[in-house]
Amino acid sequence: MMADLADKRIPYLLTAPGTLFFAALLGAPLVMTFLLSLHAYDFTAGVLPGWTAQNYIEVITDSYFQKIFARTFGLALLVTVICVLIGVPEAYVLSRLSSRWRSFFLLIVLGPLLISVVVRTLGWALFFGGNGILTMVSQALGFGDAPVSLMFTFTGMTIALVHVLVPFMVLAVWASLQKIDPQSEDAALSLGASKFTVLSRITLPQAMPGILSGSIIVFALTASAFATPAIIGGRRMKVVSTAAYDEYLSTLNWPLGAAIVVLLLLANIAIIVGYNKLVERRFAKVFE
Amino acid sequence: MSFLVLKSLRREFGDFIAVREMSLEIERGEFISLLGPSGCGKTTTLQMISGLLQPSSGQIILDGNDITNTPPNKRGLGIVFQSYALFPHMTALENVAFGLEMRGIAKPARLERARAALDQVRLGQFVERHPKDMSGGQRQRVALARALVIEPPVLLLDEPLSNLDAKLREDMCIELRLLQQEIGVTTILVTHDQEEALSMSDRIVVMQEGDISQIASPLELYEWPRNTFVSDFVGKTNLMRGQVADRNKVSVNGSLLSADTLNCAPDAAVTVSVRPEKLHLSEEKTGFRVKVDAAIFMGSSWLYRITSELGELFVTQPNTGVANFKKGDIAYLSWPEGALSLFADNA
Repeated sequence: MMADLADKRIPYLLTAPGTLFFAALLGAPLVMTFLLSLHAYDFTAGVLPGWTAQNYIEVITDSYFQKIFARTFGLALLVTVICVLIGVPEAYVLSRLSSRWRSFFLLIVLGPLLISVVVRTLGWALFFGGNGILTMVSQALGFGDAPVSLMFTFTGMTIALVHVLVPFMVLAVWASLQKIDPQSEDAALSLGASKFTVLSRITLPQAMPGILSGSIIVFALTASAFATPAIIGGRRMKVVSTAAYDEYLSTLNWPLGAAIVVLLLLANIAIIVGYNKLVERRFAKVFE
Repeated sequence: MSFLVLKSLRREFGDFIAVREMSLEIERGEFISLLGPSGCGKTTTLQMISGLLQPSSGQIILDGNDITNTPPNKRGLGIVFQSYALFPHMTALENVAFGLEMRGIAKPARLERARAALDQVRLGQFVERHPKDMSGGQRQRVALARALVIEPPVLLLDEPLSNLDAKLREDMCIELRLLQQEIGVTTILVTHDQEEALSMSDRIVVMQEGDISQIASPLELYEWPRNTFVSDFVGKTNLMRGQVADRNKVSVNGSLLSADTLNCAPDAAVTVSVRPEKLHLSEEKTGFRVKVDAAIFMGSSWLYRITSELGELFVTQPNTGVANFKKGDIAYLSWPEGALSLFADNA
């Protein structure tokens, strides 16, 4: 009896340090942020003591914030779709390479992750800027003398984010491609399927769990991305995280910034959990 | 001309020769086994027939047509893979119907035929299951139904029973053979399990290091193996070193034994082979006096290890339900005429 009790406690005891660590460093700030978001703010008096949902009402009803939220999730969706379109074929090719070439190309694929986000994004800024490489190429090709700039544009943000997030998609899809029994492709071939049919009916459906989990990762990372939208999008192309940053540091309206952050977190959780449920219902029956 | 002809098939992987020269003629409806240890080239041969692997040289002729360069999806052969290779995202029914769909058969017709095929392998009530919810034996049957439903001219089986437990394997052996005879499909089985090959095949091709050692019916192969490799690989056997002493006499450890020396030169060094079940142990004092080292009960038989003047030998005796020899007993060993086979050492 005593032994049983002790046995049940052991896992909790073993995870206690980690739990405490996260509670202190992640849980506490989140709770404080949430509490902060329930206060009103006055430009002369600062954070007021009373409780109110005013900040939330403002973010939800103000078309300015609505537009920023729509832009953020639109961006996340677009980046996810492009990452699927690029990452899935890339992972497939990678899985077909001989092991020597594979490790070489895997390093190249993971390259963007090895560079600091600020350095990488500033690199894109040099490329996108009005007197950057893009302009020089466009002028050299005779598309006119006008400078071409993707700075402070939705397109620019999309390209820069896809660049850094594709590796996550490749890794997720690659992992699920690894699990496929190569004989199942041979089997389909022997049953008369063309190579394209094998790919679309046998390989891709089996890689679906990887594609879906990769999508969740890319979507979540895009929706909460900060550095890239801040540098490429700037003030003209605000997303939720840069808007929150501005509320905190420019306007100094911390409670409003906190409300924005909490709403971003809730929206992200809702989308990911909902998507996960969908995926589980569709694929739980099929895969072990 | 035979239904399926392999003409001097050869396959190299770099410096390694997987199959040296494979020539084989298979009749319509025949059940052929390619038998050998791993690395003997049997799977490579099967893959070349299936088209999943191109031969380095040689020809494959099916029903008069040269299919050497036909891609696997145009050959229309049925294959059961070692891992079964079922499509995990499809139900048993969808798995079986896939080949029919690729042949452009309308949905109602193909579902009906797939159902019939699953009935044939006694999986009628599992059509809606996914592979992961099925046992190894059930998956195996789905794979078989999927290969047979397209009515292939040739059925290729790549170690299909190796992932099943012993009892199930035995049942499937019988079932597979009956089904094959009922349908009459020409079948090639690749296996390293000699019991599987012996119990199912019309003919067995024993392979060793990319070459054919012997092609024979199961009984022939068992009774008249061509060399010590076949004799040792197919069934259990006792091998003894000896020397031809006289016409139809061979000397083993100083004892003169009778054996057919027709194929051996006088004084040639030979290997003497005798099957354990051909030997007879008794208490009557005829033959060699031997000591029983170990007595192992196998259910239907007893396996003894004995020491004699000839060396250590294994003897199998049927279990008659009465008292047997025990460890340490003295017994007498004899055998009927013709039980010994001789292999000249360079054969």
